Amino acid sequence: MTATTTLARGERLHLSRARLGKLVRHVIGVAAFLLLWELAGRTGLLTWLPTASASLARAVGLAFDPAFLGDLLSTLTAAAIGLPLAVLVAVPLGLLLGTVPVVEEMTRAIVEFLRPIPSVALIPLALFAFQPEINAKVALIVYASAWPILINTLYGVRDVDPVATETLRSFGFGRGSVIMRVSLPSAAPFIFTGIRLAASITLILAISVEYFVGGAGGIGAFLIQASTGIGADAMVDVIATLMWAGAVGLAVNTVLLRAERRLFRWRFS
Amino acid sequence: MLEIDNLTHVYGPGSPNEHRAIEGLKLSVAEGELLCIVGPSGCGKSTLLRSIAGLITPTGGEIRVEGELVRQTPGNLAVVFQDYSRSLFPWMSVADNVALPLRRRNMDKRQRREAAQEALESVGLEGAGRKYPFQLSGGMQQRVAIARALAYRPSLMLMDEPFGSVDAQTREDLEDLVLKVRGHHQMTIVLITHDIDESVYVGDRVVVLSKAPAHVVGDLRVDLPGPRDQITTREHPDFVHLRAEVGRLVRGVPAQATSA
Repeated sequence: MTATTTLARGERLHLSRARLGKLVRHVIGVAAFLLLWELAGRTGLLTWLPTASASLARAVGLAFDPAFLGDLLSTLTAAAIGLPLAVLVAVPLGLLLGTVPVVEEMTRAIVEFLRPIPSVALIPLALFAFQPEINAKVALIVYASAWPILINTLYGVRDVDPVATETLRSFGFGRGSVIMRVSLPSAAPFIFTGIRLAASITLILAISVEYFVGGAGGIGAFLIQASTGIGADAMVDVIATLMWAGAVGLAVNTVLLRAERRLFRWRFS
Repeated sequence: MLEIDNLTHVYGPGSPNEHRAIEGLKLSVAEGELLCIVGPSGCGKSTLLRSIAGLITPTGGEIRVEGELVRQTPGNLAVVFQDYSRSLFPWMSVADNVALPLRRRNMDKRQRREAAQEALESVGLEGAGRKYPFQLSGGMQQRVAIARALAYRPSLMLMDEPFGSVDAQTREDLEDLVLKVRGHHQMTIVLITHDIDESVYVGDRVVVLSKAPAHVVGDLRVDLPGPRDQITTREHPDFVHLRAEVGRLVRGVPAQATSA
């Protein structure tokens, strides 16, 4: 009993040490990058680029800037509305395409035609079809982020182990039950990965539409204003804003990745 | 209980890679019997089992379970597959796995949970309900699959090479488990195996199939003094004689003394 507890404790210690080492290496990498950037600015190698310290300081300053916070909230709101809508559209559609081959064959040409069109190129169309701009923004977010969810659902459902399906069928469960009780849960990890990929797309599309329209608010609009300022200050604002965009993306991805590991423990062990 | 008449199944009929898996197979299993079906690998044993379970529609012949013609999966039947790790649902706890098929029965949640617990007890896994399949060994996972079939209270249990993926010791334990649970539950069992010793040890009767296209080439009654025991039964002269007999039939060597 004591032996096992000590072992468990030892393992945990080992684990946290490994995690600490990883963290240290991450920090070293980031520090080295910032140092090089700072040097490039200070030595006059890249004169147009503001220094890392100035950009970081401005990024911290933005956290207390009500105008920026308002824009950040507007971007995140659009993303937070768009992503669940995309899930609601893409998961049932993916289930349908993944389980009814006829429908998949009939729609394949359309899907393969639409998929390569860059969503950003659809901004004019979206602005024409959806008014005010916030609707166009959400519509494009839904459209663009639905793709990875749809494709992952489709392939996840198709990848279901036939033994699992036959097991349920052998107990007399019908087609619908098999889809809901076996296909969907066994595809869930794929679907979740699709959602994680879609989350980063929501930010890309939100900021793109905002930058294109200007009147739609959000980080994109803030970027336009910042870049129309004068001289070096404008560039500092732009880079500080980009830092925020990157940080938000990183945070969302980390949270979703953690959730994925926890929810689908059965898949990772 | 189970009547199979002139069963024939052809995969891809008319195509260049047409495969005749079963041809003109006749078989009848009595109520409460434990029948083992042996045959060379790839002889169509699994096709036979899947036809009985209504998972595939055979191209010819008739199958009746308790007098009812099999068109879809019969409601009084459960299957234990060889591949327990793929047959159990990894996202569900052991107890939920066992209770899931009971949704087909007229039972509320509490009844389902109790029935699952009872079935887990009968396979010696009373403490494993909250665990997940991946936390159990292979032999224990197959016990869960057996418990799932038992909880369903089928009148016919089909087992498709159920012990083909476990080590020798576990295999013996599971063979004895099947012998034990059939005593407690009133049911007919059809067990498919490629292991000749296993068929004689577990079965009341052994049916030997030919190479594909499969048909019955031997039908032997196993009259061994019970209860069966892994050591004494296997050294009994009748056991030794029967396993030799089944072995000859499987290999297609003409039988020496008794064959049906």
